[in-house]
Amino acid sequence: MHIVYLLTFGLLSIAFVLIFIRLILGPTLPDRVVALELLATVAVAMTGTYAIFTDRSSFIDVAIVAALTAFLGAIGFARFLERGGPRDD
Amino acid sequence: MIEYILDWIIAILMLSGGMFTLLAAVGILRLPDLLTRMHASTKAGALGVALMMAAAMLHFNDLVVIAKALAVVMFIFITAPIAAHAIGRAGYFVGVPIWVKTVKDELFNRYDSDTHRLRSGLETPEELAALKPSKDKPRIRVSTKK
Repeated sequence: MHIVYLLTFGLLSIAFVLIFIRLILGPTLPDRVVALELLATVAVAMTGTYAIFTDRSSFIDVAIVAALTAFLGAIGFARFLERGGPRDD
Repeated sequence: MIEYILDWIIAILMLSGGMFTLLAAVGILRLPDLLTRMHASTKAGALGVALMMAAAMLHFNDLVVIAKALAVVMFIFITAPIAAHAIGRAGYFVGVPIWVKTVKDELFNRYDSDTHRLRSGLETPEELAALKPSKDKPRIRVSTKK
């Protein structure tokens, strides 16, 4: 089973790196917001993997909080973009 | 025996969840514009998290953990479309460029960025006159009283 955990961590880490490239490249601000939201989703998946890896179920609570915060952040950014202040992108 | 089968199911769920998440990441890196990137990220990412939480449910095999993991999955499945809708709407109205090969853009010239109104194209002339913004009213209200 250990090799499965390590493989899953590897896949999720590659996903992190790819999303980070888009976060840095992203030509406009909405692209970056989408990349950040997916980054939080990958973080939730990684927390679940870590809960299985360490055999501690408390990490599922962390996943709940991470998902909640990501949603609030995305909604706030969308609100800011649509009615917000000055933009220069 | 049953432990052995359960281990295999958990391994398959975890690996497929990781693969779907990686697929979402590849999509967000490779696809050409904002809307197609969102199309990749929301669906594949949500499926990846759901598979991972299913693996956690099977691994812990405890009612409290199953309830928590189900809560995570339900929350992701409810909020991912809402967030994608909000960001897509904001991005379109902000004026993010869309892909050259986009076939159809039905919202073209329907949105008034001053009044934040979206016209359907089926209004009668009276409704159009009522929707027309009055120029003398300032957009930013200084005091909260009318």
